[in-house]
Amino acid sequence: MNEFKGQTVSWQIVNGAIELALHRDPCNEIGSLTLAELEKFAAALPGLTSEAHALIVHSTLKAGFSAGADLRELFQRGQEMEKGAALRGVREFLERIHSVMNALDAAPLTTIAAVHGVTFGGGFELALVCDIIIADRMARFCFPELRLGLIPGFGGIPRLKRDLGNAVVRDLLLTGRSFNVMKAQQIGLVSQIAAEGEALRVARATASQVGKFDRRTAAAAKEFVKPIPHEELKREIDIFCELYSRPAVEEGLRKFVENESVQPYLP
Amino acid sequence: MPAPTAGHTLDEVLNLAASHFKVPREKLMPDDDFFKTLGIDSLQALDLLTRLEHHFSIELPDYELQGVSDFRTLANRIQARL
Repeated sequence: MNEFKGQTVSWQIVNGAIELALHRDPCNEIGSLTLAELEKFAAALPGLTSEAHALIVHSTLKAGFSAGADLRELFQRGQEMEKGAALRGVREFLERIHSVMNALDAAPLTTIAAVHGVTFGGGFELALVCDIIIADRMARFCFPELRLGLIPGFGGIPRLKRDLGNAVVRDLLLTGRSFNVMKAQQIGLVSQIAAEGEALRVARATASQVGKFDRRTAAAAKEFVKPIPHEELKREIDIFCELYSRPAVEEGLRKFVENESVQPYLP
Repeated sequence: MPAPTAGHTLDEVLNLAASHFKVPREKLMPDDDFFKTLGIDSLQALDLLTRLEHHFSIELPDYELQGVSDFRTLANRIQARL
């Protein structure tokens, strides 16, 4: 399937690069529908890979790359199901999204996240599976999960640890603060900064450059420098599920969902 | 170079907000609620924070802005980071 137009994501091959576009309003919250379409993409990836040398992940929405997991759906499901079933549902969701993330992480082509605006939580985790992050000058990153009594659940901590020093990881995780592209580049997370509105163009230029190299060599280099931390990823799911069962999480999610103030909910 | 005065920082915050959100500068007062005066939501507030960080070359963690909604307090938080 070389081209797909879904309700939340679409993809096509442009000049030898697969362009995976996120477009679920308001800011690409990742819930069950996005997950299903990302699974479709992961299933199509081996076929796409034979016709492309790079993958660019980007958002077509003004608000940003992605605000992360769909917390409203997570809260709603928790309300509708008995606790055991809700927990099983969360674990299943996490295992499925990890499977997608691992497939993208290991894809034998060069992957580029072209991010702008809000790149939070699960959206940040999606960017972290990519080999290169190219960020618009106005991009903002954050792992806000501790504010809800949780940890990142889409592979964020192991992948952040893979790329950054542990002291920085602790700061970002334990404060839950958001940070801009200058900080992101300073700590080694973002490799290129683009002017406002130019991240996709810069990503396309980068994809064109990596297309000049022998595919097998590039894939071997990637595999050598970017191992997937499978054991830690599994442990992350366990910890997330242990934490999810506590009343504090339900309360945090409820406050988030019911917050109607124009000011962001920042516990 | 000495850090700018608090008054100068406040002026720059008001100028930047007026220019980016296309509001006449004379309509913005230091003690105004910027959510109301600029008509912005939480995402646009993050955008403003990023622009201010770039303008002043500082990092301003969002938890320092918790509950802050007027330009003067915002400028004071920035001044503390200069």
